[in-house]
Amino acid sequence: MRVRSWAITVLVAAVPATTACGSDSSGSDTAATAAPSGQMILATTTSTRDSGLLDTLVPAFEDAGKCSVKTVAVGSGQAIDLGARGQADVLLVHSPDAEQTFMNQGRGASRLAVMHNDFVLVGPPADQAKAAGAGGIEPALQAIARTKAAFASRADESGTHAKELKLWKQAGVTPSGSWYIETGQGMGPTLTIASQKRAYTLSDRGTVLATQNLDGKILVQGGQALQNPYHVIVVKHPGTNVGCAQAFSRWITSAPTQRVIGSFGKRRYGQALFDPDAGAT
Amino acid sequence: MSALTAAALVWELVARTATVSVSATAIAMAIGVPAGTALGMLRFRGQRAAATAVNTGMALPTVVVGLVVALVLFRSGPLGSLDLIYTVRGMIIAQVLIAAPLITGITMAAIQALPEELPDQLRALGANRRQLVVRLWLEARLPLLAAVMAGFGHAVSEVGAVTIVGGNIHGQTQVLTTAIVEDVGKGDFRPALAYGAVLLLLAFAVNAVLTSVQQRGAAWARS
Repeated sequence: MRVRSWAITVLVAAVPATTACGSDSSGSDTAATAAPSGQMILATTTSTRDSGLLDTLVPAFEDAGKCSVKTVAVGSGQAIDLGARGQADVLLVHSPDAEQTFMNQGRGASRLAVMHNDFVLVGPPADQAKAAGAGGIEPALQAIARTKAAFASRADESGTHAKELKLWKQAGVTPSGSWYIETGQGMGPTLTIASQKRAYTLSDRGTVLATQNLDGKILVQGGQALQNPYHVIVVKHPGTNVGCAQAFSRWITSAPTQRVIGSFGKRRYGQALFDPDAGAT
Repeated sequence: MSALTAAALVWELVARTATVSVSATAIAMAIGVPAGTALGMLRFRGQRAAATAVNTGMALPTVVVGLVVALVLFRSGPLGSLDLIYTVRGMIIAQVLIAAPLITGITMAAIQALPEELPDQLRALGANRRQLVVRLWLEARLPLLAAVMAGFGHAVSEVGAVTIVGGNIHGQTQVLTTAIVEDVGKGDFRPALAYGAVLLLLAFAVNAVLTSVQQRGAAWARS
């Protein structure tokens, strides 16, 4: 694993040097007929990177063809924005509403379901707001707001942040005040801050399992409201590497890759972090 | 975000950044100037090792300082009960550890650069220990102020330690540098650039004050 990560680091560092003469596979948004090759930019979310899934998938995809991948891990909103500006060739994101808007604007050539994981409400073991027994995520959030128990929000316009704001809205609460802590950071640091401050936070399950030294426990989980679906989107924009993007989209939704996704994390965390979804919509 | 709240946020960030870095520099100065003077003047066993340690401290990576301070201040750490993690006071502690070696090291070099016979001459003129040290500081005031400016510059510009120890919590521990990192992460470059300009202005303001003190001293010395 360590050696793998190193190889990726070196590869990503080496890629910019070759970009000047790269992107030769297709000059327009028509698909290349020859075997796709060249450099491809994958814009994805910090949660896929932090979970370690990309470290497994990306080298395997590179080995399978002639495409080299440069991964940019940012919030889903920013990833979609990179796609809209043609700065990324393919997106792997989890912000369904924003993705739908992106597709409706004709900015994506295809959008396929890849996998899903779920969001969980993490909180201090003492659970002073009694969120665990509240009966679902909405009453749990209402209980937190009512008792003004500390809640750590990522506040970074990521997919998780968008989801959190949507859940607050559904709970009929506008979170504000000193109990609502905005970190402006990724999921891992936010979980650490929540743990240290005995605060609640919303996280994807994978990052909770992958982050060490947390005192917090999963208090609320399950249910449709906490599902977190990931889609792969091939960007439609002049100058993008459509050949590699389509190859990636096909590859990540293929049966062998879906099996890899379905078993990822079992050995290290005792449970799979993602459920494969290809074939669904 | 409306223009008004954006302006309010900038002022809040400037105030917090200045509070953290100015207090840290002041505390680091209170530690570093006497410590550097002692290291520059006195001869004792281990003096050279101590000087090497201080000079190494001048190159301490700020993230390493942040990591160590955080481990000490975490709930599970030795000082966890003080509740200093993710607070402005915790950030000041980290920046003191970043600025103090610089101020100590430059002070030491400044004192050692004074004419070798100066302490003996002052003693011969009847100066006691306190008068001697004050006189040496006056003689070395130009590099001493440079030491303070270097300490402040290092503290105010660093982002690694304040992120780890402060947590970039909005309205509580966010400072200009961590706000820049956050906005760049969101791809929002315009406020990031604006914060960068404001940070430069803040550094300019503080250094302008220190430089005017320094140069007034210089003019007085020449006359």
